[in-house]
Amino acid sequence: MTADHRAALEDLLFRMADDALIYGHRNSEWTGLAPILEEDIAFSSIAQDKLGHALALYHLLSDLGNPDPDTLAFTRDEQQFRCCHLVELPTQDYAVALMRHALFDYAEQNRYALLEQSTYQPLADLARKVRGEIKYHVFHASTWLRLLGNEGTDESRMRMQAALDMLLPYALGIFEPSPYEQELRSAGIFPGEEELKQRWLEDVVPLLESAGYRLPAIETIEPAYGGRRGYHTEHLQPLIEEMTVVFRIDPDAEW
Amino acid sequence: MSRTVTLQSLDPRVTRLEIPAEQQPFEGVPEGSHLQTFEVFHQAKSGARHIHVGSIHAPNAELAMVFAKEQYARRSQCVNLWVVKTSEIITFAPEDADLFATTPDKDYRDASGYKVMQKILAWKQRTEQQQSQQSQ
Repeated sequence: MTADHRAALEDLLFRMADDALIYGHRNSEWTGLAPILEEDIAFSSIAQDKLGHALALYHLLSDLGNPDPDTLAFTRDEQQFRCCHLVELPTQDYAVALMRHALFDYAEQNRYALLEQSTYQPLADLARKVRGEIKYHVFHASTWLRLLGNEGTDESRMRMQAALDMLLPYALGIFEPSPYEQELRSAGIFPGEEELKQRWLEDVVPLLESAGYRLPAIETIEPAYGGRRGYHTEHLQPLIEEMTVVFRIDPDAEW
Repeated sequence: MSRTVTLQSLDPRVTRLEIPAEQQPFEGVPEGSHLQTFEVFHQAKSGARHIHVGSIHAPNAELAMVFAKEQYARRSQCVNLWVVKTSEIITFAPEDADLFATTPDKDYRDASGYKVMQKILAWKQRTEQQQSQQSQ
């Protein structure tokens, strides 16, 4: 692998790992507070799966010569994180949590599906391993989306639509182009963010429309970019501080 | 609606949710607002029978499947689940339990009542004796 291809691969892995860690942490905030017990268990399990994906991806980064997963997860500051803004947003409304879940996990499902063909074998293996988990995440999200859309009440439709309107620019920020698109493609590691976005739209647009939501013309929306370059919303640093509070008490502790 | 964030908690999530500090009068649960229940049957291996493992609340059949998967299949081996509306299960009424009352007395219906076990034990004893004689 050339130095350029290696840098491209690491950039991709950091985006994915940081998305999974921050998204998993945000969703874990609903543990104990989700609307009903059954949903609490399901949503918490999904959050746990995401932390598992983050761990697996940080391991791939460690294997490439980076520090161990705990160091990567708990000692970097916000400028070093490569997550998109969508996963950073705090959610006080379960409608926002569910809409983000759908928008994010359809992107995850398509990303991992593309990576099953990656020439970087450890990443292709991981993509095949997580396929079933992400299928469940998408099943959970799309079922709620339909139930609270045209199968729901006026209030559920209104709150879900408001969540969609608020989240769409952030969701498009998932696909912020990488400076390494050319390297990723030429090495056969990943076909790129633009291709991923097109596949995501082919899933998400029909689902949202058939569930009764209104979608603005996608090209009129200004995507929330910056996260992939280390520029984040005001919400990320407080999250990192809270997430790392125990680790920082004693970074050398044996668990 | 004005909300206060003064509830004392060590859990940051509680503070974040802005749960009001003042106790609100409990208005009761509106009639019909409870979710229906579904019974869940778990299949551990392909071809094995589905075994009843418990029930769940869900707003519809599809979400019942979603919930059943995490509720009853996130730890042990599972290849499939059945989910059945509790209200659609046909059952005896509790007061009809007397239908079954004398069953324990009918030990002649018990498989242990057959004499075959004695024959098997006698055969085992014979072969063990033969083996021990041969080894001596």
